[in-house]
Amino acid sequence: MNGINDKINELKAISQNPGQSVAQAIKDTGKKAVGCFPIYTPDEVVYALGLLPVGMWGGPSKGNKSSKYLQTFCCSIMKANTEQALGGDYDMLSAVIVTSFCDTLKCIIEDWKIAVPHLNIVPIVYPQNRKSNSGKTYFKAELKRVADELAEITDTSYTDESLAAAVDLYDEYRRTLQDFVKSVAEKPGLITPLERHHVVKAGYFIDKKDYVPKVKALTEDIRAAEVPSDRQGLNPIVISGIIGEPDGLLEVFDECGFTVVGDDLAQESRQFRTIAPNVGDGFDRMVERIAMQDGCAFLYDEEKRRGRMIVDLAKETGAVGVIFNQLKFCDPEEFDWPLVKKEFNAAELPYLYIETEQQMDSLEQVRTSIQTFGELL
Amino acid sequence: MSEQKTSKELLNELLETHYDNAMKVQSEGKLLAWCTSISPQELLETMDIYAVYPENHAAAIGARKQAPDFINYSESNGYSSDLCSYARVNLAYMDILQSEAGNIPRPDLIFCCSNICNTVLKWYENISKELNIPLIVFDTPFNHQYEVNDQCTQYIKGQLLEAIGKLEQITGRKFDHDRFREVMKISSETSKWWKKASLEAAAKPSPLNGFELFNYMAAIVCARGTVAGRDLYKLWYEELRDKAAKGLGPWKDEDEKYRVMWDGIACWPYLGLTYKTLKKYGINMVTSTYPDSWYIVYDVDDLDGMARCYSSNYVNRNLSFGADNIVDIVNKFSLDGIVFHSNRSCKLMDFRQFEIQRQVEARTGVPSIIFDGDQTDPRAFNPSQFENRIQALVEMMESRR
Repeated sequence: MNGINDKINELKAISQNPGQSVAQAIKDTGKKAVGCFPIYTPDEVVYALGLLPVGMWGGPSKGNKSSKYLQTFCCSIMKANTEQALGGDYDMLSAVIVTSFCDTLKCIIEDWKIAVPHLNIVPIVYPQNRKSNSGKTYFKAELKRVADELAEITDTSYTDESLAAAVDLYDEYRRTLQDFVKSVAEKPGLITPLERHHVVKAGYFIDKKDYVPKVKALTEDIRAAEVPSDRQGLNPIVISGIIGEPDGLLEVFDECGFTVVGDDLAQESRQFRTIAPNVGDGFDRMVERIAMQDGCAFLYDEEKRRGRMIVDLAKETGAVGVIFNQLKFCDPEEFDWPLVKKEFNAAELPYLYIETEQQMDSLEQVRTSIQTFGELL
Repeated sequence: MSEQKTSKELLNELLETHYDNAMKVQSEGKLLAWCTSISPQELLETMDIYAVYPENHAAAIGARKQAPDFINYSESNGYSSDLCSYARVNLAYMDILQSEAGNIPRPDLIFCCSNICNTVLKWYENISKELNIPLIVFDTPFNHQYEVNDQCTQYIKGQLLEAIGKLEQITGRKFDHDRFREVMKISSETSKWWKKASLEAAAKPSPLNGFELFNYMAAIVCARGTVAGRDLYKLWYEELRDKAAKGLGPWKDEDEKYRVMWDGIACWPYLGLTYKTLKKYGINMVTSTYPDSWYIVYDVDDLDGMARCYSSNYVNRNLSFGADNIVDIVNKFSLDGIVFHSNRSCKLMDFRQFEIQRQVEARTGVPSIIFDGDQTDPRAFNPSQFENRIQALVEMMESRR
């Protein structure tokens, strides 16, 4: 268990101190860092350019600098990102890729160009018709545009080989994470929901080449370990939503006797549950991967598979229920909920809907809901 | 010979017929589509598929003050109160199918264009799943560059061609390219008359009271591809031109003292109240960002041009364009002020509004105010806040004279 704790603590330290971790990674690798917005970014392209992709999923930041650009009813991740950008927290980045998966993000692209031009904003627009020929052709051209813009800003270049190698590395990262979350489900209770979250999140702040071996070693240790008797018998659940934050939220899960055996979080499994098929060049593989990425609120899915996919995940992992963590003011997720709920009801899968923000003064109300949910189960 | 009808009479007739026919066509074997407000209706008109517009319908329900019944229904089904209220109204109407503002039947297919927001993608994805009907999505990538770039143009054009294939499959009929050319021509002409009419408001005083623009908008949405729509806007233009030539202002009982534009969608449940509040201070809302939104003009047979047009409405373009556009409107319409609607339903308009306001004010010196409201949910609007902001605007406008 000590080996596991050490490995988790190392990753947790990386995850909990993003600024420091990224600064260290820049120093260790000699690479320039590029910020990558939610939900998806072409990290493989960034990597192929010899740059370090860094996740930008908000943070604990609270303040009112962002109110110069955003009304109060903006989601807390975008407010936090804007707050941190205006506060200079991202000045170590050489460029920032800002996405446009929702209406808020489209505005953030525009506001940031004005507010923080020194961060070199590179917008990207993923296609919604991502499975059609026109969508795939467009997306490949868009990926190339972003690659060229980044290359110019950072004075770097890529080759077909460096891109193929980056896609290979990201496939390995995705397989490694798939295996890690599987190992956690095989040993429910061995590590806490918060530990699981930090292990996954740490990957956003260091080079994937250095991150993958750490997670592999940890996964091996988890498989070899036994769940201590006092950690057995917890309620295994699946969590869905954008993020499993703030940290206090996942602590409440643990305190109320829940262990996370699977997730459908945008920040976690949605990043790695789909592997690029082996067709064409590096760009083609990225294009085809997004074409296969179903069940996500941010990518048009004509069959609306999300609810079904969560029900299946719960079955596969032996979860007794689902907690749907709705990030307040996130439209795409809010639109999914009524239909996802219908699928849960049809499958007679117990669920709890909670609404949270990334920064919360009090979790008491949420704690009561989670406690009650635990009692009902 | 009967006396010629006014454009207002024609507008009312056109809308009444539009809704009456909607209730009949399916029994006559025609297919009916629900469409977003700026979607390539040319394809549907060509295929003889009847198009109705849930945004129009939700606005009408809002104006009849009936939105809360629908909103409550959607919210009880799990839709968040923070979501677009048009969506909340329509997702409830899909089940209830009965409103005092007129009815539309359930659709056979959906036609959704993301040029107005990503919200419509989610809204219609849900309807398509719930009703188990086909959904045709036109994805118009957000233009963070000033113009619509080539790769976006080719993508949208590709989707138009793919949609034709899907419509042929759905209807079992071949697409008639001659008819398509005809509809393209009419649609562009209707757009031109709509824009020409709204430009008459540049006259001082303006012959147009801009709240009429909100009313006339219903038909540019639903009748752009029809001869009746084209003729309506031509007549409206002629009426306004004649009125302007006579030097007539917007009201018979009041002079136009200040000229403003309205940024964003109307507060439909408070249409009368917002109109009267402005009028009380002699403020005429002469224009808004609407006239350009339906200015979809391209050459017949030019699919590249058509693709670019459908991606060029201002909410789908970048902030530099948005600011340039409003500065241009301020100058063209000799505006004294701007009223920005911070609309709880529309994050795409809201989250750029503060910066647009700063840029426009810096470049034109024209004062402006922002008020909180919503397009159909009456809970987000406060009449006294609105009036206070308008009073502040009047003071600022007055001090510049």
